[in-house]
Amino acid sequence: MNKHSTTPVTPDAHEAITGTENTSIQNRSLLRVVLHKPLALICGGFLLLVILGAIFAPLVAPYPPNALDLPNALSGPSASHLLGGDELGRDILSRLLYGGRRVFPGILEGVLTALILAVPIGILAGYFGGKFDRLVGAITDALLSIPTIILVLVVLAIFPKNTHAAMIAFGILVSPGLIRVVRGETLPLKEADFVSAARVAGVSNLQIMIRHIRPGVIRVVIVQGSFIAAGALGYMVALGYLGLTASAGEAEWGQMVASAGTMLNRQPWLLVPPGVLIGLIVLAFTLFGNALRDASAEAIAAAPGPVSRGSSPKENAAQSQGVLPDHSNELLSVINLSVAFSSRGGDLLAVDNISFDVNPSEIVGLVGESGAGKSITSLAILRLLPNAARIVNGQIMFDGRNITGMDDAEFDRLRGRSFGLVSQEPLSSLDPAFTVGSQLGELVRLHDGFNRKDNRSRCLDLLNQVRIRRPEQLLTMYPHEVSGGMAQRVSIAMALAGRPKLLIADEPTSALDVTVQKEILALLRQLQLETKMSVLFVTHNFGVVADLCDRVIVLYAGQIFEEADVFQLFDHPRNPYTKGLLLANPSNAQPGQPLPIIPGRIPSIGSWPTHCRFAQRCPYVADECLAGPIPLLALEDGRKTRCIRVGDLLKKEIL
Amino acid sequence: MLKIVGRRFLVSLPLVLIVTMLSFFLVLLTPGDPAVVILGMNRTPAEYEAAREKLGLDLPALTRYGQWISDLGTGNLGVSIYNSESVLKILKDRSGVTFSLIIVTTIFSSIIGIGLGIASAIRRGFLARTVDFFSLLGMALPNFWVALVLVAIFSVSLRLLPAIGYIQPGTSLSGWVKSLVLPVAVLSAPAIGIIAQQTRSSMLEVLDSPYIRTLRAGGLGRTTLIYRHALRNAAISIITVVGLTFVSLLSGTVIAETVFALPGLGGLAVQATSRHDLPVIQGLVLYFTVIVIIVNLIVDIIYAWLNPRIRLS
Repeated sequence: MNKHSTTPVTPDAHEAITGTENTSIQNRSLLRVVLHKPLALICGGFLLLVILGAIFAPLVAPYPPNALDLPNALSGPSASHLLGGDELGRDILSRLLYGGRRVFPGILEGVLTALILAVPIGILAGYFGGKFDRLVGAITDALLSIPTIILVLVVLAIFPKNTHAAMIAFGILVSPGLIRVVRGETLPLKEADFVSAARVAGVSNLQIMIRHIRPGVIRVVIVQGSFIAAGALGYMVALGYLGLTASAGEAEWGQMVASAGTMLNRQPWLLVPPGVLIGLIVLAFTLFGNALRDASAEAIAAAPGPVSRGSSPKENAAQSQGVLPDHSNELLSVINLSVAFSSRGGDLLAVDNISFDVNPSEIVGLVGESGAGKSITSLAILRLLPNAARIVNGQIMFDGRNITGMDDAEFDRLRGRSFGLVSQEPLSSLDPAFTVGSQLGELVRLHDGFNRKDNRSRCLDLLNQVRIRRPEQLLTMYPHEVSGGMAQRVSIAMALAGRPKLLIADEPTSALDVTVQKEILALLRQLQLETKMSVLFVTHNFGVVADLCDRVIVLYAGQIFEEADVFQLFDHPRNPYTKGLLLANPSNAQPGQPLPIIPGRIPSIGSWPTHCRFAQRCPYVADECLAGPIPLLALEDGRKTRCIRVGDLLKKEIL
Repeated sequence: MLKIVGRRFLVSLPLVLIVTMLSFFLVLLTPGDPAVVILGMNRTPAEYEAAREKLGLDLPALTRYGQWISDLGTGNLGVSIYNSESVLKILKDRSGVTFSLIIVTTIFSSIIGIGLGIASAIRRGFLARTVDFFSLLGMALPNFWVALVLVAIFSVSLRLLPAIGYIQPGTSLSGWVKSLVLPVAVLSAPAIGIIAQQTRSSMLEVLDSPYIRTLRAGGLGRTTLIYRHALRNAAISIITVVGLTFVSLLSGTVIAETVFALPGLGGLAVQATSRHDLPVIQGLVLYFTVIVIIVNLIVDIIYAWLNPRIRLS
């Protein structure tokens, strides 16, 4: 319920400095998104209806609130009393309408009190930080740890039956929570580019807070205000029920429930109208707040790019079916694999009809920029795709078995024993709540079923295997106590625990220091020699590929662009993209020469063109490249490239 | 570890002081004179002065607060203005009901809420939507109304459970259980929803984390992953919510004890306020604040125990 969007609004600097047009545009689009949410419309409409009903109660109510009609006492719903009559025959509908005249002003008082207190204090605390922030923090913490009911009772003792005092007290008591939210929202805004720009431009702090921070905060405050209104209603009717803000017989919703409670034996129906009405209003405020929150998240989210999809899986499958005939000797064969993310506009392909093999004891590099689909490919092999993604086409064969068709239980038995995973962030890939020894030991026990002593010695073996100097000591340490390089060694040891035939290493060195990177690469190479396992090495770094891999597969925008033996690929790339990547590698840079980079960006998922996906960035693009899908061509020595100009370019000695 | 507890404790002391001082001076502002309340309308000026002196009302406010604090040191919370009973004894007599109610509710709603949260994290879809729906309902319907509906069904129509009253567990254990069923159900409804939603969102977050993926890729089965690793890490934020639930139940008992006529602290608070019974109110404020502090301390300790980063720092 307190979850709110923390995404900062970051309009362009110059627009923000010249005024708040940008924010108003965003607020308008927020309103538009809300208008497109049926739930928000229903809730808003309902609230408007009950509020109008309360305002015009004297006009619309069929009876005055206290008009007695004793013959119809406890009558239940009837034509003359739509919602029935109470113990004195007073019309329930009319009493509910009149009761609203107390409830809504009270809610407003409570919400306004909270906002007036929390918005400025929260913004100031977030904006200035330091001592003031700490003081506010201490006070809000203290207020949050006081049982609120006591203070409210004391306030009501001072101001007996005074709804205003009670609601103002309510506003004060809920403000600490709101202060925290506003402060949290201010912090990122304070650091936003347009605020720094305004500060540099000499705009005063007060101006910045009013013109640039406030609009960004308001959005969250509206959402929270809606939740506070729901709470205020519940609180108000509870006080009325207890008789603290209303007396028996008054047309007040809490009191109506209380008097219904005394008639349970004779007419239980009396409970229904006030309870349902209160419940619906609380629900409407809450759901309205939820809808606003979702809407503001959507308004902030970037507009999706043009929706052109990759070529359909079927068409592609037909295209390259003949390329890969037999998969009995390979350890891993990925055949025509396509992976898609489901999104609101339909499926978006992230991996488009990929086929490749990994042979026993081979190290294969899967190379590409981020967004090329390399991590998704490796996660698809391990059946660890994120929830939104799924395999839409193709097969994965492992050790001669089709593992895509396996049920989950069978697949679980392959994990650890057949393939292991080493992932990118070493520190976050160890469970922070358990010691290294505990989580490593758990996997060893799973795979070897050892007793305690053997288990420990196998753990020490594994840690020795990954060249950890004092393994005994490490066993009792928690992940937060070890360095990144050490943690990566531990996660390699964990991946080795089941003696996998294939190790999938997903950017295992990207998050590490350069020197540590070298050590981890050397370790992986040695481990491969010792264990003869195969390695699928996912990386964006060509230097690492050259160091480690036997064969390289270059991915671009979900497709294989080139596949070759590592020496051939580095010496004679057969694809302009590969060539561009090699030239852009800093380790090949010539002193004094600018680094030749590939201009432009990889097209994002969902906006892949049907023609050559690299065409936009390719210096050798020709008309034929833009004519239609480009096939993956088989070259000499089992090499492959996705470039129809490869012959041409070779003749011209460009490649 | 001890350091954390010690520091938390020291920080709490000024809080107790501030809260009691605040309520002391707020109550002084209350219109109505305890001496008048005791003597009624037919009083002579001499009687009135004597009563005021006896109650210490003639002394300056600050002196009276100082007196209250120093009495506190000797374990004396004063006597009720209303019936001259020792405040300590009143609080002690009424604690059993309230604690039965709060502790049983906390345990019950934690078990159900955490269970539902885990289940709906694992098999999203229908179950998750059902949990969302009921927690929304539990929050939207006023608890006194839910209480009356339950009384109408289970006491008036079905005659299964008592509508009001409390039976000591010493007197009759089954009676005690029966007298608690409806109040606990009423207080649990919103608590279960909050705990279930928090459990689900933390579980989903943890299940999505790289370390769960590492362990999963290493071959650990779903059950071990969910109950040993994910729950252990999610527990850190779940326990915070359970603590908050306990504290909010202190306020919730005021309603529950009124509807079900239970002789507990919540009902006492309402009565004492309407009688301007300052010593009782002061005692209650102190008592509730200390309970909140102790609960927060326990939460901190569990938190540190679950989180080695804090435990070892």
